[in-house]
Amino acid sequence: MSTAVQQTPPAAPETTGGTAASALRGRLEEALLPPIVAILAAMVVGDLLILSFGQSPGAVYRLLLEGTWGNAYGFGQVLYKTTTLTLTGLAVALALRAGLFNIGAEGQLAAGGFMAALLGLLLPAGTPWLLAVPLCLVAAALGGGVVGAVPGALKARFGAHEVIVTIMLNFIVLALLNWLVAAHLHVPETLHTPDIRAGGVARLGGIFTGSAANWVILVALAAAGAVWFYLFRTRRGYDLRAVGLQPDAAEYAGVRVGGVWMRAMAVSGALAGLGGVNFVLGYKHYYEDGFSGGSGFLGIAVALVGRNDPVGVVFAALFFATLSQGGLAINAVVPKQMVEVLQGVVILAVAIAVPEVRRLLRTRARRA
Amino acid sequence: MPPERTAAPVVRMAGIEKGFGSVLANREASLEVGAGEIHALVGENGAGKSTLMRILSGMFTPDAGTVEVFGRDVTGWSTAEAIAAGVGMVHQHFMLVPTLTVAENVALGSEPTRGMLLDRDRARRDVEERSRTSGLAVDATRPVSALSVGEAQRVEILKTLHRGAKVLILDEPTAVLSPPEVQELWGVLRGLRDGGATVILITHRLDEVMEISDNITVMRAGRTVDHIRTADTTPAHIARSMVGREVALAAEADVYRPPARGPEARPVLEVRDLVVSAHGRPRAVDGVSFEVRPGEILGIAGVEGNGQTELIEAIAGLTLPTSGAIVLNGADVTESHVRARGDAGISHIPEDRHRRGLLMDYSVAENLVLGQQHRFQKGMALDRERIARNASEQVRAYDIRPTDPALPARALSGGNQQKIVVAREMMRDFHLLLAAQPTRGVDVGAVEQIHDRLRQARDAGKAILLVSAELNEVLALADRVAVMYAGRFAVVMPREQASEDVLGPYMTGAQREAA
Repeated sequence: MSTAVQQTPPAAPETTGGTAASALRGRLEEALLPPIVAILAAMVVGDLLILSFGQSPGAVYRLLLEGTWGNAYGFGQVLYKTTTLTLTGLAVALALRAGLFNIGAEGQLAAGGFMAALLGLLLPAGTPWLLAVPLCLVAAALGGGVVGAVPGALKARFGAHEVIVTIMLNFIVLALLNWLVAAHLHVPETLHTPDIRAGGVARLGGIFTGSAANWVILVALAAAGAVWFYLFRTRRGYDLRAVGLQPDAAEYAGVRVGGVWMRAMAVSGALAGLGGVNFVLGYKHYYEDGFSGGSGFLGIAVALVGRNDPVGVVFAALFFATLSQGGLAINAVVPKQMVEVLQGVVILAVAIAVPEVRRLLRTRARRA
Repeated sequence: MPPERTAAPVVRMAGIEKGFGSVLANREASLEVGAGEIHALVGENGAGKSTLMRILSGMFTPDAGTVEVFGRDVTGWSTAEAIAAGVGMVHQHFMLVPTLTVAENVALGSEPTRGMLLDRDRARRDVEERSRTSGLAVDATRPVSALSVGEAQRVEILKTLHRGAKVLILDEPTAVLSPPEVQELWGVLRGLRDGGATVILITHRLDEVMEISDNITVMRAGRTVDHIRTADTTPAHIARSMVGREVALAAEADVYRPPARGPEARPVLEVRDLVVSAHGRPRAVDGVSFEVRPGEILGIAGVEGNGQTELIEAIAGLTLPTSGAIVLNGADVTESHVRARGDAGISHIPEDRHRRGLLMDYSVAENLVLGQQHRFQKGMALDRERIARNASEQVRAYDIRPTDPALPARALSGGNQQKIVVAREMMRDFHLLLAAQPTRGVDVGAVEQIHDRLRQARDAGKAILLVSAELNEVLALADRVAVMYAGRFAVVMPREQASEDVLGPYMTGAQREAA
């Protein structure tokens, strides 16, 4: 004998809430919650550190904000650092979308800067601005792009792991550039090249006068827009993200996975290479050994906190640039290494703790 | 509630609720199973059967509800605690270490030791002893990597029994077995039941439910909707309970229907002496030759893992063959790229939609152009308007639910996901359709629909190569039937001669003839 326990209409597993609204909420939650929680976690750790130095957290944070967003010079410096970090962050994010971990942005950044400087030195002094700057940008993209394409090609052809190859290439490229500058191109007693003759980009004027902020920031913003369009609107972007999500499905869909790897790494390298223009064309007007100063590596953190989304990357770059500049502002009262600790906490929190936190919030919300 | 229950139930689950993200897999689910019974837990795919059993075996913690085993409240216990209490689950995907022997795998986690060393002899003797008493025939000294799927399943069951399972849960155990192996498994399960053990069998096949179970619990959309004594019911009643409405039973409606007219002479696909090495096996496909003509379905039956996957992937262009030729409409495509083959007229419903057939994080609309994305371009950009228009057409034509094409494929049930794949491959302008396990993990209603679409395509003059581990499916669709065993065609015969009894021996390798 059978007893129907419950009468239900035939339905697939039910979803809670309306689809469109909840999808939007879910996406916003996905995008914003992790960074916010990460920053809060960093602030708690920061408080403890500051207290351990015998200072008042409120005073130190005020100092940090005054030194960055509180005055035009400081904010100009933040914008300058944001420019480089946006481009290296985009480089790492684009590669990650294809399922590749590009640790080589540091070397690609340096190679891009070097190529831009080299072309700037070779062009005759009177080359019109309208010709010289685009040419130098192309040179920078090519320089970074070639360095990026190598690990892509090695992975596609021989299955060499891109993490290993990009790390190794960092050493090779940085050492090679060091030798080129030190042995052939330097101004005596320095480790930088002579001033470029063409291709310089003007600094931002007005209230920013005196800071390193320059018009290359427009290149960075345009790059963010272009990467967004490429990833989410073009067929090649569709293919690239497919490879990153499910290589087997991409292969089934007729995508040449090796080709996507190569292209993604080349474009990633080109983006990082463009970052070198900020220093070379926009700030010093020469190439200096070691100018990259970790901005390539910090790009990994920017991509992570920006959730591999071009818009997120811009904001994450702004955040990390603020911390980095803020470190200088608070140096008088606490060691500036403190902000490096804060950066580390933010990265850790985004990488590990946040998905857990979010799951916790979800279950709480449902039970309540 | 089934009558004639003497003792208190061994397993009692009540008011179980479990959600994943925004999807509720179980709500108000309940289950009662007594000692010494074989209990079938049935329901369509996505009904929440596996989730409920994973809660019972300690893999998941329920959001609400209680779990009692042997009268003890064990809600939210761990797998280790479940094993210690005698509850063991055999999963659809085996959890064995391929490089270790059968004995080592069975002993893993409770290894007999002599001093600090593993006592291999005792492990082997234990396993041989248990193999004898349970009727699960295995060679304890062979490495698991050398076993067939059926043998590996026996090892899984042995392992669970070895850990002292008194409640044995089996998740769709027959999907990987040939008909004789299924009968063997039933024998083992009956033996266990008669010895006082409790067996819970997750399945969606009604013939199995009727044959083996004592009691049945039916689930639908995460809820328990019915609890029946097998002796008192009919397949039609169970099916109605599973789907929630009257359905034409597969056995009644889904029978073989020959084409209106015979196939044309000139073949669409010719495969000659194909050898494919893949997944570490040098001759996974070991010299296969056949043709498929327009207007016919060639069905390949056989136990999974006998080279069917590799054969289909080689024809689709996903694996390059070691030797042999693949000819499509007279043109050799052996070396051409996946996309070129698609453009030349090959459609492909892949066997694993989660790995190959769908991008789970892409929207339904984006998935409906997967593999044809290059035909939906406007310059460099994707033509989003055409993609959206195409999506709403296909969603309507194939009744894909929910109907919002912006949802990620992940959010759909298995049946609706498969409809995306079928819709997409049918909308190509194709000559040959490779249909690999086209209704795997799909609910009853969707199976009917997909089968009808395949027959319509055949009647429209398409050539179809069907691979299915479900013999019933091959017999319902194919105009010619081949059996694949150990990388070769053991036999090819016209549909009229084929039946479960005739094909069974070929599927186990007991019989073969030159094809």
